[in-house]
Amino acid sequence: MSDHEYTPNSKFGKWFNDRLPLLTLGKHLTDYPTPKNLNYWWTFGGILTFCLITQIVTGLILAMHYVAHADLAFGSVEHIMRNVNYGWLIRYVHANGASMFFLAVYIHIFRSLYYGSYKSPREIIWILGMIIYILMMAAAFMGYVLPWGQMSFWGATVITNLFSAIPLVGESIVTWLWGGYSVDNPTLTRFFSLHYLIPFLILGLVVLHIWALHVPGNNNPIGIDLKKPSKDTVPFHPYIVIKDLFALLIFLIVFAFFVFYSPNILGHADNYIEANPMVTPAHIVPEWYLLPFYAILRSVPDKLLGVIAMFGALFILVILPWLDTAKTRSAIFRPLYKQFYWFLVADVLILGYVGAMPAEGIYLLVARVATAYYFAHFLIILPILSRKEKVLDVPLSITEPVLGGSVSPSVVRQRKDKL
Amino acid sequence: MKKFVIIFFFFTISNLTSINSFSAEKAAEPMSPGWSFKGFFGTFDRASLQRGYQVYTEVCASCHSMKHLSYRNLSQPGGPEFSAEQVKIIASQFEVKDGPNDDGEMFDRPARPSDNFVSPYANDKEAAASNGGAYPPDMSVLVKARKGGADYIYSLLLGYDQPPEGFSLDDGVYYNKYMAGNKIKMSNPISEGIVEYADGTQATEEQMARDVTTFLSWAAEPHLEERHKIGFRAIIYLIIITILVYFSMKKIWSRVESKV
Repeated sequence: MSDHEYTPNSKFGKWFNDRLPLLTLGKHLTDYPTPKNLNYWWTFGGILTFCLITQIVTGLILAMHYVAHADLAFGSVEHIMRNVNYGWLIRYVHANGASMFFLAVYIHIFRSLYYGSYKSPREIIWILGMIIYILMMAAAFMGYVLPWGQMSFWGATVITNLFSAIPLVGESIVTWLWGGYSVDNPTLTRFFSLHYLIPFLILGLVVLHIWALHVPGNNNPIGIDLKKPSKDTVPFHPYIVIKDLFALLIFLIVFAFFVFYSPNILGHADNYIEANPMVTPAHIVPEWYLLPFYAILRSVPDKLLGVIAMFGALFILVILPWLDTAKTRSAIFRPLYKQFYWFLVADVLILGYVGAMPAEGIYLLVARVATAYYFAHFLIILPILSRKEKVLDVPLSITEPVLGGSVSPSVVRQRKDKL
Repeated sequence: MKKFVIIFFFFTISNLTSINSFSAEKAAEPMSPGWSFKGFFGTFDRASLQRGYQVYTEVCASCHSMKHLSYRNLSQPGGPEFSAEQVKIIASQFEVKDGPNDDGEMFDRPARPSDNFVSPYANDKEAAASNGGAYPPDMSVLVKARKGGADYIYSLLLGYDQPPEGFSLDDGVYYNKYMAGNKIKMSNPISEGIVEYADGTQATEEQMARDVTTFLSWAAEPHLEERHKIGFRAIIYLIIITILVYFSMKKIWSRVESKV
């Protein structure tokens, strides 16, 4: 963080800034020295902020028309789709926005895993990020319940029933969560209330996440500590702003394809059938972004152990900075880690795939192997790698690998332009 | 690494014994007759929508409700686009219960365009009781509520057939190639000439299946044409602004040595 004092030009600015240093904050944000070698995987932080704001704004409008009542919810969603001006657009942006949010957050998390962004001194950023991720899953799950379709109802039943696995008090907890003896109107209304609350908790945590980021500054693809500001950094504005904007626009094009041309492809057809407690769907599946955890849950034969495994899979991520203690951050200089990283990516994709399939036969077998590997990656492979792996030489600065050999003519030209 | 191999091996062995084959439902893959409303510029065939409404109201509506639609929707742009006058006449053919009036009594009156489609049964229980326990689903979003969408509905309507040898069917259950489990409680709803199209089109089974599926697709997604139109413009706009931002970015980053 740059600690230089900032003095506003105008008299009023100075008067205001002495009382509330918002202008100093603005100056800090625009000047914020950012490594200049950040690649496009680093643009997902900005994209995620955009996703959060989009979800909050569209959600706010939807809440003006939605009715949180077991008998009326489904109809009110159809009312939004048919009668509210551009209601179809707002709802499709919100529904697909959730999927795009998770797509971006998974890229963001896996980027962090690849470049070791969770390592010292960024553990707190990582933990805050994991709490945000867990809250996102809670928000998404409760949001999926609100249209009160078949998948909403049965998804809510399956997930809330997980808590019945807790010994002794499990059943009471489930009754307490439901507000009755089955998923019903009280469940729907409280889910709506919480679904409205959580995004603002996330927003607060995002502020902390960014604050914590601005203390040590960004990690970077070669994962070294930088002197800031220096030749290795550029000010956030305009360099990173324009780059994030460019990436965001590409992301928006993909987003728009989903919203306008296949708005229901990521959802489940059964959710357009109104909830019916008397009819169970053939396969109850959660939204795609929860599938890996669903696969882990189902791969354990015992209910309680399954729930523990599922939450354990998340908790293990929280303590990751203390499982992988290798000093070298970036996978670029960790040849073995790099391989295991891609194994983990494949493993999570496989878990996601089998999570969508019926839990029987070959799918169950694959789910069990993939679950075991998931835990092995974090609990066995990473600690061993941290100790045994022979890492490659890490450059001392970002400019070194770029300008190490002969200076290219274009660089000279650009330097002249700068002068 | 060795530990991992051992665990992997252990899990493989311990699971090999429990492999059983995945029991798939034997429903046939739906036909894809091709729809005018698919694709980037997809729009509904207006005449087909109007014929489809006729099939719905004369055939399907005797059992299937469509409670999320209003009669006024029939004249909205992007739909069957009946004239406002036609919609008034269509609506007036249905009776709705209204009230209470100033005397505190409920009364019947002809439906208005602003009324929702009148349901054939008073409630779901009555619907189920009148149909051998199988409740005819509401058709408002039926196309979106079925895997395979329009293709599936179209195929199902044409999928009635003689059951194969040894396939046992209870009373009031019919054989259908495309239904999960091949058993359906709805009897074959369409047969050649069951409706007489107002526009003189030959009412073959394929024609009726196509028309009513088109109508149901519109009913499930009444803003589809608008969505396609806005989507196309939005994406063109995004592409143009992306190109502009790309060159701005190149220009700005040319001041530092790093490439973007």
